[in-house]
Amino acid sequence: MARYFTDEHEWIDVEGDTATVGITDYAQEQLGDIVFVELPEVGAVIDKGGDAAVVESVKAASDVYAPIGGEVMEANAALEDDPALVNTSPEEDGWFFKMTIGDKSEFEGLMDGKAYKSFVDGL
Amino acid sequence: MLSGTGMSEENSDNLDSLPLDAWHREQGGRMVPFAGYEMPIQYAGIVAEHEWTRTQAGLFDVSHMGQLLISGPDLDAAVEAVLPIDLSTLKLGRQRYSLLLDENGGVLDDLMVSRWPRHLYLVVNGATKWDDIGHLREYLPDEITLQHLEDRALLALQGPKAADALARHVEGEYELSALTFMRFGKFTIAGHDVTIARAGYTGEDGFEISLPGTAAEEIATLLCGEPEVKPVGLGARDSLRLEAGLPLYGHDLSPETSPIEAGLIFGINKRRRTEGGFPGAARIRREIAEGTSRRWVGLKLDGRMPAREGAEIFAGKQKVGRVTSGGFSPTLGHPIAMAYVDVAHAEHGVALEIEVRSRRLPATVVPIPFVPHRYYRGS
Repeated sequence: MARYFTDEHEWIDVEGDTATVGITDYAQEQLGDIVFVELPEVGAVIDKGGDAAVVESVKAASDVYAPIGGEVMEANAALEDDPALVNTSPEEDGWFFKMTIGDKSEFEGLMDGKAYKSFVDGL
Repeated sequence: MLSGTGMSEENSDNLDSLPLDAWHREQGGRMVPFAGYEMPIQYAGIVAEHEWTRTQAGLFDVSHMGQLLISGPDLDAAVEAVLPIDLSTLKLGRQRYSLLLDENGGVLDDLMVSRWPRHLYLVVNGATKWDDIGHLREYLPDEITLQHLEDRALLALQGPKAADALARHVEGEYELSALTFMRFGKFTIAGHDVTIARAGYTGEDGFEISLPGTAAEEIATLLCGEPEVKPVGLGARDSLRLEAGLPLYGHDLSPETSPIEAGLIFGINKRRRTEGGFPGAARIRREIAEGTSRRWVGLKLDGRMPAREGAEIFAGKQKVGRVTSGGFSPTLGHPIAMAYVDVAHAEHGVALEIEVRSRRLPATVVPIPFVPHRYYRGS
C-alpha cells in the first residue's frame, strides 16, 4: 500500500483500484476541535482538486479537496457520531471516504511521506 | 484546505505586538492577526479552554481593546451629547454598557463607561478604537481632555473560580468581594496599581483588570500560577460570548444595525429615550415607538452542522433573515447562531431553515442567553 500527500494536507492511501482519503495530523492540529464533517455522497463523481468534503471546527469551516478524480464508494460513517476521531486518529480511524481511481497519472506531483514531512517542516 | 480556516480575519501586514506577545508564545499560544495585533487564538485547544472557563477560571489578554480616560469641565453634559447614557445615575465605582451611534442611529461601537473620581473611563473595541477616538474628539468640546491609555494592558479573568484565584493576589482598601457585577475599584496586585471591574464577556462571574503594560507579564504569570487559572485564547472567547448571547461588534453590530433591533435598548438609558439629544436619537425614538422590521434572535440548530456568519435564513421559500454569528456550542453540544430575522418570524419557538452550502438546516428561534449568565450580584 502506498500513501501520498497533497500540499493541501490531505493523505491518500492506494490499495489496488481503491483509494482512501483523509486529512493529515498537521491539518487537524491546525484546525483544532472538529465538531462536524460533511462527507460526499456515495456515487458522487469528483474531479481532482474539486470540493469533496467540509470540516467544521469550533471556529470555522474548511474545504477538503479531492486529491485525485474518481467515484466515491464509501463515506466513513463513524465520523457522523464521533467527528473528533479526526482529531484523535486523523491518519487511521478518522479517514473521510474511499473512492475509485480514475486516472493513475494524477498521482504524479503528490508527495510521499518524507517529502510531505519536509514540506510541513518548512511551513 | 487550510486556506479557508477563517482563523484570522485580516492580512498580516503592519501588525503591532502587545505587552504579552512573548508570554503568549511561551505558553504555547497560536498567534493570529486580530484587530491590528498578533493575538493568541488558542493554547491547549478551543473546546478545552472553553470548558475550563465554564468550570474553573480562564485568563484572557484583551490588551488590544482601547482604554480611554475623559476629563474636563461639564464632563457629564459633554459626554451625554455623544453617548445615549444617563450619567446622572452612574455613581462613582459603577460601570455601564453604552453605545457609540452615528447620526442615523447605526452602531459605531459598543463600549463600557465607568465613573472614576473626576474622570470617565471607557473601554472600547480594539478594531474600532482609532475611529472611536476620532469620533469622540470631533464631538467633544476642545476643553475636554481625551487620553488614550496606550501604556495600559487589560486582562480578563473569567469563570466560577475567578474570584477565589484573584482574591489571593489583590490588596486594597476593601475586599475584592465588595465588588458586585458592573462595579469597579482600585487595588494593587504585587505592588502594581490596577483597577478591577467585575464584568466580562463570557457570561460567567469574572473580572477585567487594567494594569500597567510593564507589569503584564508578571501579573499574568502570577495568576496562571494559581491551580484554577489557565490562559484562554480568542477562539474560546468567541464561543463563550456566543453561548452568553453577547454581540460582537463588526459581526452582530455595525453602522447598518440599530441598537433597538439588536435588543440593546438597555444601552439607551431611560431619561435619554425621552429627552433625546444624542446622535441618532430621532431614529432610536421612532423605533422604540413604532418597532423595527427585524430583530436579533437566538437560533438553535438541529443536527451537528453549524451555520456561520452570512448564512441566509428562510421560512419556506421566503428569505427572512441572515446569521451574524454562528458556531458549535461546546456546553450544549449542538450548533447555535445569532441572526437578524423579520419580526413576523422572530418569536420564540418559530421553526425556520438556514441555508448552508445549498442544504437547508432546521432551526428554532430560542431565548438568549443560550447558557445562563452567572454574574455575581451579591450574596
